Amino acid sequence: MLNLGDILETITMIQEENLDIRTITMGISLLDCCDGNIDVSCEKIYKKIYKCSKDLVKTGDKIEQKYGIPIINKRISVTPIALLLGSSGGDPVKYARTLDQVAKDVGVNFIGGYSALVHKGFSPGDKELLESIPYALSETEYVCSSVNIGSTKSGINMDAVRIMGGVIKKTAELTKDRQCIGAAKLVVFCNAPEDNPFMAGAFHGPGEPDCVINVGVSGPGVVRSAIAKMNDDCDLTQIADVIKKTAFKITRMGQLVGTEASKMLGVPFGIVDLSLAPTPAIGDSVAHILEEIGLESCGACGTTAALAILNDAVKKGGVMASSNVGGLSGAFIPVTEDQGMVRAVQSGSLTIEKLEAMTAVCSVGLDMIVIPGDTNEDIIAGIIADEAAIGMINSKTTAVRVIPAIGKKAGDELEFGGLLGSGPVMEINNNSPSKMIRRGGRIPAPIQSLKN
Amino acid sequence: MRAVVSVIGKDMVGILAKVSTTVANANANVVEVTQSVLQEFFVMVMLIDISELNCELAELRQQLEEKVEGMKIQVMHEDIFKSMHRI
Repeated sequence: MLNLGDILETITMIQEENLDIRTITMGISLLDCCDGNIDVSCEKIYKKIYKCSKDLVKTGDKIEQKYGIPIINKRISVTPIALLLGSSGGDPVKYARTLDQVAKDVGVNFIGGYSALVHKGFSPGDKELLESIPYALSETEYVCSSVNIGSTKSGINMDAVRIMGGVIKKTAELTKDRQCIGAAKLVVFCNAPEDNPFMAGAFHGPGEPDCVINVGVSGPGVVRSAIAKMNDDCDLTQIADVIKKTAFKITRMGQLVGTEASKMLGVPFGIVDLSLAPTPAIGDSVAHILEEIGLESCGACGTTAALAILNDAVKKGGVMASSNVGGLSGAFIPVTEDQGMVRAVQSGSLTIEKLEAMTAVCSVGLDMIVIPGDTNEDIIAGIIADEAAIGMINSKTTAVRVIPAIGKKAGDELEFGGLLGSGPVMEINNNSPSKMIRRGGRIPAPIQSLKN
Repeated sequence: MRAVVSVIGKDMVGILAKVSTTVANANANVVEVTQSVLQEFFVMVMLIDISELNCELAELRQQLEEKVEGMKIQVMHEDIFKSMHRI
């Protein structure tokens, strides 16, 4: 017989503590869809994505019913579109429209891969794609875009950083009637993982198989509740142990769901991304975990250390629970998606500078941060450069997803709704980095890159 | 193949009877039942064999929800508990 305590624990995790599978993401290679004519290329893309993913949503629902575990999102990631654009030429927005249509037709929540990898420089199609991003994101509903502008191996492409500062601003401007939502679907990466199942940064890397299933698990509420049950006299080693044990259980569930989905769809299983991804739901907050560890408010001195404990323990617990761990794996700190973070910003406890420090020890970067609408594009480029530098030097993924709130200033709010949440416009340092940004060129790869 | 049926809620007459009848109608065999009442709260966990089940698990859950209204009911394949709590 199964242990009654175990059964009730699982049920409590799901019903009371918001445990869920955050996403099943199907990665699909589009390299074989490439054609010299963009219209033919789009047609092939539609057919291939539809053929591979038509049963994805149905399969996710079946698994949800079989195990009684909510699977919140079903998504698709595809080969970076810039790779196709290089040989097809033409108006890149056509690709975005095709992706949007097929996402709608198969019923997924998002499709990621309107992307370019330009960390060392631009190849044909890359610049055109970058410049088309604002139009692609304002015309479509489901498409997500990401651009990799740096890596530990290659340094940081500062020309791309400068362009992306402007692209983010323009994307927000073109979607200003819809809470600047376009910018919430655009991520600028350093060291982007090729198998990340989470949006908006998911794309299907060129080194991946033809079609693959990746799973992203969640569960900040479960971790917070596990720590809350501990005595106040438990030391931090014991706290780390509890996080590890909880992460293990969460990841096992992700492994089970991934294996099952891959079997049902006849597609190889890629990785489990064991990330603690908060949602606007009450209690499903990473900030609350940090506060449960012992901070008066997220953002207080000690926040970076608490986040470092959390991020590391999540990985240690998860890594044994899955045969293949990948993606971003760690703790996410998207401000608008996390009730606790929003509250900490509103109370003045959490600033953008503190968030930047936190990104040095967690799995992502400055994520879902609303900045004043009149922020200069060079300042946005400066934010990107800082984050990319942290990622490059520490051999980790960092990203920037900031949303310039057009027409709004610090203290106002943007309301996206759904998983993207809502949040206050944060103050940023307005001193200009323009001269440095406009120098352009490439920041050389750091000494850490010479590992051979 | 086995599944776990859990029923949690306010105690009343006949819960176990209704649940086992519904399970029997779905052609599932009851393997084990653990049940207790804690401060008026009824907690039951039933392990059932579903290899000969004549409907989907989701349908069984729906039927159970109709039979014993107002209770929190879960029907989950046993593999989720095995994978989460055993190495």
